[in-house]
Amino acid sequence: MSSQVSRPIVIANARIVDPATNRDAPGAVLVEGGRIAGITNGSPQGVPDGAERIDARGLVVSPGLIDMRVFTGEPGHEYRETLATAGEAAAAGGVTSFVLMPDTTPVIDDGALVDFILRRAQAKACINVLPAAALTRGLRGEEITEYGLLQEAGAVALTDGRASIQSAGLLRAAFSYARNFDMPVIHQPAEYSLIGEGVMNEGLLASVSGLKGIPVEAETVPLARDLQLAALTDVRYHAAQISTGASVELMAAAKRRSSRISAGISINNLALNENDVAPYRTFFKLSPPLRSEDDRRAVIDGLNSGAIDTIHSAHDPQDSEVKRQPFAEASDGAIGLETLLAAALRLVHSGDVPLLTILRAMTSRPAEILGLASGRLAVGAPADLILFDPDFPWVVKEGLLRSRSRNTAFEGARMQGAVMHSFVAGRPVFSHAATREGAAT
Amino acid sequence: MAASTPASSPGAAGAFRVPFRHRHLLGISQLNQYEIVELLDRSAAMIPVSRQPRKILPTLSGRTQINLFFEPSTRTQSSFEIAGKRLGAQVTNMSVRTSSVAKGETLIDTAATLNAMQPDVIIVRHGASGAVELLSQKVGCSVINAGDGAHEHPTQALLDALTIRQHKGDLAGLTVAICGDIANSRVARSNLLLLGAMNVRTRVVAPRTLLPRGVEALATEVFNDMKSGLEGADVVMMLRLQHERASGKMIPSVREYYRFYGLDEEKLSYAKPDAIVMHPGPMNRGVEIDPAIADGPRSVITEQVEMGVAVRMAVLDTLLSDPTRNDQ
Repeated sequence: MSSQVSRPIVIANARIVDPATNRDAPGAVLVEGGRIAGITNGSPQGVPDGAERIDARGLVVSPGLIDMRVFTGEPGHEYRETLATAGEAAAAGGVTSFVLMPDTTPVIDDGALVDFILRRAQAKACINVLPAAALTRGLRGEEITEYGLLQEAGAVALTDGRASIQSAGLLRAAFSYARNFDMPVIHQPAEYSLIGEGVMNEGLLASVSGLKGIPVEAETVPLARDLQLAALTDVRYHAAQISTGASVELMAAAKRRSSRISAGISINNLALNENDVAPYRTFFKLSPPLRSEDDRRAVIDGLNSGAIDTIHSAHDPQDSEVKRQPFAEASDGAIGLETLLAAALRLVHSGDVPLLTILRAMTSRPAEILGLASGRLAVGAPADLILFDPDFPWVVKEGLLRSRSRNTAFEGARMQGAVMHSFVAGRPVFSHAATREGAAT
Repeated sequence: MAASTPASSPGAAGAFRVPFRHRHLLGISQLNQYEIVELLDRSAAMIPVSRQPRKILPTLSGRTQINLFFEPSTRTQSSFEIAGKRLGAQVTNMSVRTSSVAKGETLIDTAATLNAMQPDVIIVRHGASGAVELLSQKVGCSVINAGDGAHEHPTQALLDALTIRQHKGDLAGLTVAICGDIANSRVARSNLLLLGAMNVRTRVVAPRTLLPRGVEALATEVFNDMKSGLEGADVVMMLRLQHERASGKMIPSVREYYRFYGLDEEKLSYAKPDAIVMHPGPMNRGVEIDPAIADGPRSVITEQVEMGVAVRMAVLDTLLSDPTRNDQ
């Protein structure tokens, strides 16, 4: 936002956790000129005069989170979310950069629109907005967009967002043409003819509820196709989000042959399962659907083994009108920027995933996939970093979330872990102490 | 065959230093290095014929040439027609619209019908790869391939080589960058075969969606961006982009294609300062080439057209009057 040079900051007595270097040790971080100027073990050294000192006793300092999948309503549906409100929610959740999905009105499928988003974000959002451009015109899955011109305009990746391309021939052309510019392609594997009218995970629960199911094959069949086409074209392929153990196996096998493929997962599919849906709770109607507990265990294993690379919020603001409907008629999606870290820490507290692993999936891995300089605590890197208390207890209340929409899947959830400070390029963008009362209850 | 190295000095038409043993010219793939040099020498010798006031060298007087074009063509068809007429042949043009092909006659029926009229040579262009060779098996006369599908266009490659030779002398050791729609281009295939046989360093430069599988085996180097592809090139050969290819299936738009693959001053500045610019025509100005370059001092595009007549005269003359041919 503002270009004013903020004064140096020294963060002392912190537990420094940097997945890029596997560092988890006490120390201090010096921030100067918007960049990380020094990292020391123990006490800070070489602190310039007039530096602001933050005592981070009991807090973790880590790179700011990079969220690979965020939807807003700007332009076109600002009542759901603007870049400004999404930015505030992100900063409060420890997300200092997010990849913005092109599913807006109009669709971000032209260089001029990428430019619009970047200018708008610079003026209104307190965090880094990384626009992803549409893979096909209008997200219709019929014609490829101008990848070269979109890249020049500042698009970091290509994706059809919620939509999945059904034609293998077009996907091949898209992958091949994207390889030309070495742009990452983020694609959600979804076979529409297998999804049909399905609204939740296919299984006993769906059958008993009288809801049409979505089989895991609706994900694994197109994922297998995508991985073969990625191998054929040598594209930088990122499976936008996978949700099943079978998909983890496909990824693991493909990764033995290629280092240019990766996969993401929504925090919802790691933290929740299909049982949360009952009885007909539409805020748990998601895409991909919440799967069985066996699948959830399998994707956690996939995260630990490296078959799954990134965790994102899948932040998808929907107004109450379209969520408070009979289950089958309600829209998919939930907000998640503000709860991403806390929900992820559940897996740490439960002993399922080490802290370094979970943070890697939200910092250095997204940065590597997108080719960003951030996502690590290295001298010279942008000072996008967060301080969080990994044990801070709080309860999610939709009324206190900053997002303009209320469709959280974690309403009433007891969380352990909260962000205390967020910095973007050395500027404070969020401070827990300065927030409304009650974030901690 | 003599063991001497192929020379590139111009020979006189009719002075057969290398026997030409082929009845047809179906593709560059059938020619060896010696035969290519011989055809180029003979073509060079034909250039003066078209530059004199009385443009006639009646070696094919009394012979019958049929131009059978299943695809529309202006420049190739008229080039063959003029070449035949300057050699004194009787030339008949048959285009698809006026022939019985439009009434459903098969390619082989057409061949048999034409063959019965006792022509000496049939020039064929057809949209299907391999169609010209199929037709050649059914007739008793010579057949020249004027372009079959995305397979070969041998006289285009010969005229391109002749044009390069006129400007650069010996072909061997040159670097030639062929840019654009390689996947769908018969011109590119014939040129890669010919230039490869002549020890030219060949490069193809195209977006990946316009490169055929296995192209690494056909060209010396493969590039996906123009700047590195043109770096240090002696010759820049642009290919026509069919508009329908820029409809989002292979290429998103004309404006993106021009931005990244159209030849403009900036991209051309990466080639050698004396690099020449070629295009087989017809050109899409503002799509694959900046009009200022097409009409500029480094462009040899109109000269290619002139060389085309000389090459076709030499090919007709060679196929119809070489007494050493032994396969008829």
